[in-house]
Amino acid sequence: MSGRGQLVGGLMFLFATAAAPLLPDWIVSLATVALANALVVLGLVVLWRAGLVSFGQAIYYCIGAYAVALTARWTGFRDAFALVVIGGVAAGLVAALIGFLLARYREIFFAMLSLALSMILYGVLVKTESLGSTDGFSVATPTFLGFAPHRDTLGLSLYWLTLGVDAVCAVLISAYYRSVAGALAAPIRDNEIRVEFLGVSVASVVHAKVVISGVLGGLGGALAALTIGHVDPNMSYWTTSGSFVFVTILAGASSVAAAFVGSLAYEAVRSFAFDLMPQLWQMTLGSVLLLTILFLPNGLGSLVSRVKRREEAKS
Amino acid sequence: MLTSFAILTDGLVYAAYLFIVAIGLTLIFGVMKILNVAHGSFYAFGAYGAATAVGIYANADWPAALGFLFMLVLAMTIGLVMGIILERGLLRQVYGKDEVITVLVTYATFLILEDVIVLLWGPQSYAAYQPMVSAGNIEIGGLVLSNYDILLVAIAAALALLAYWSLKFTRYGWLLTTVIFDRETAAAFGVNVTLIYTVTFIIGAMLGALGGAVMAPKIAVTLGIGVEVIVLAFAVVAIGGMGSIEGALIGALIVGICRAAAVHLVPQLELFVIYGVMALVLVVRPYGLFVRAQPRKI
Repeated sequence: MSGRGQLVGGLMFLFATAAAPLLPDWIVSLATVALANALVVLGLVVLWRAGLVSFGQAIYYCIGAYAVALTARWTGFRDAFALVVIGGVAAGLVAALIGFLLARYREIFFAMLSLALSMILYGVLVKTESLGSTDGFSVATPTFLGFAPHRDTLGLSLYWLTLGVDAVCAVLISAYYRSVAGALAAPIRDNEIRVEFLGVSVASVVHAKVVISGVLGGLGGALAALTIGHVDPNMSYWTTSGSFVFVTILAGASSVAAAFVGSLAYEAVRSFAFDLMPQLWQMTLGSVLLLTILFLPNGLGSLVSRVKRREEAKS
Repeated sequence: MLTSFAILTDGLVYAAYLFIVAIGLTLIFGVMKILNVAHGSFYAFGAYGAATAVGIYANADWPAALGFLFMLVLAMTIGLVMGIILERGLLRQVYGKDEVITVLVTYATFLILEDVIVLLWGPQSYAAYQPMVSAGNIEIGGLVLSNYDILLVAIAAALALLAYWSLKFTRYGWLLTTVIFDRETAAAFGVNVTLIYTVTFIIGAMLGALGGAVMAPKIAVTLGIGVEVIVLAFAVVAIGGMGSIEGALIGALIVGICRAAAVHLVPQLELFVIYGVMALVLVVRPYGLFVRAQPRKI
């Protein structure tokens, strides 16, 4: 991220932090879910930069959410900070494990294997009566380092927690993009044999990306579980993964911020469009996705970088 | 003894179903290198079309065989029309792009078509059990089998033979094989690749719709049946090797028998076993059992 990008990002963060108490509750909770989902999208962007699409990213989302819910349910431990970390770590471990399989594949195999794995989890959860089967179960109200917020302040506390986690992840991921492993994404996408000839193990780079995206997915799922207060197997269903992929393609991989803006925009449009015409929701999604792929292949974020490039060309 | 016979017959029936839905998917992939997620929609449209057809002929009091034929013809006509529209209208725009991009395009199409189903047929589910009932049952070795299931296996076997014959002994099949082997060289030798693409896609779409039509009497035709199919068909095709017809056959048999064994012996594992087998095969043969070695291009 350039100096200007960091400045804009920091200002956006401060604005988002300060604006929340002034907004009505439902917007805050909507924004919290959107910002939690943005982490999953960020994980998909990490993969997408290397030309990989996962149609089963919801598996990490679901694992993060269930890890939080089960920890709270079995141990009674309810500290939000620790729970979010547990969610991220649990999903990261699973990602590390299935990464051994996934890192051998590219393109559609990668996409469809991820889908198959997430559907396995869905199937297992649906069949598990003790975890509420298709209904899922509710998540205990979290505490924050011993502070147990009242109903009204809980939403705000969770919002700020989500925003904080987002900010940390955004900084770390943009640092990752600037690192060697992060910079290798585009070469891997273009021609991975040449990258291997440079003496880099593409499989281990891809494996690392799978783990990173898994951790991000787990964090997102953990935050979403705390915010929504309920987990169910649908969190691992293919439609959930599909909507994440949708936001990723729409936002594009041009910058870290695109994932957050894209996710907020998606959630806003969804809550309105879904009210207006629930019957046509998937059709709307599909059409926008088609139009984006055909006419704006690098996503909405590319509009910003296009303007930037024009400015640079002028100066 | 009875259990193992039951596993074998159930497995065969399930394998027949899997093969019918997987053959269209693998054909399109082999020729066009497109993983067609919208194949699930073809299946769903075929099933809904069949349910409508059954509704019509059950009211009109036609003989069962004629009704069954009407059902298949209607479903395959739907597949034909959808195939033409999709290939001509949409997929031509994205030929030559990344495989992942074309998957996303077919995925978007799938989403749109899911809602088109709701618009055309409404959200309620349909029952089309009449052909299955009128086919009756037969008892073999103490086991009651539905004649309809036997018909299903026969259809799958006929399809396999037909595919084998047309690939090996017809002019179109030979042209197809050259395109599968190397599209550019085939085009350089004067093969009309554009036409082959269109015809293949339409055949694939019709096979998908046929799958939905023959399965409609056995299932509740309801929203979301397309997804399950695309995931299952992918598992079968991945086991056999993407683009390989004999691979789809072997993959369907493996998955069918394993699933039937799981259903009879450890029912909890039913869903798991299909993907378990797939993961196992892929660990040993990363690109499936019947796939030709690909040279790495720099």
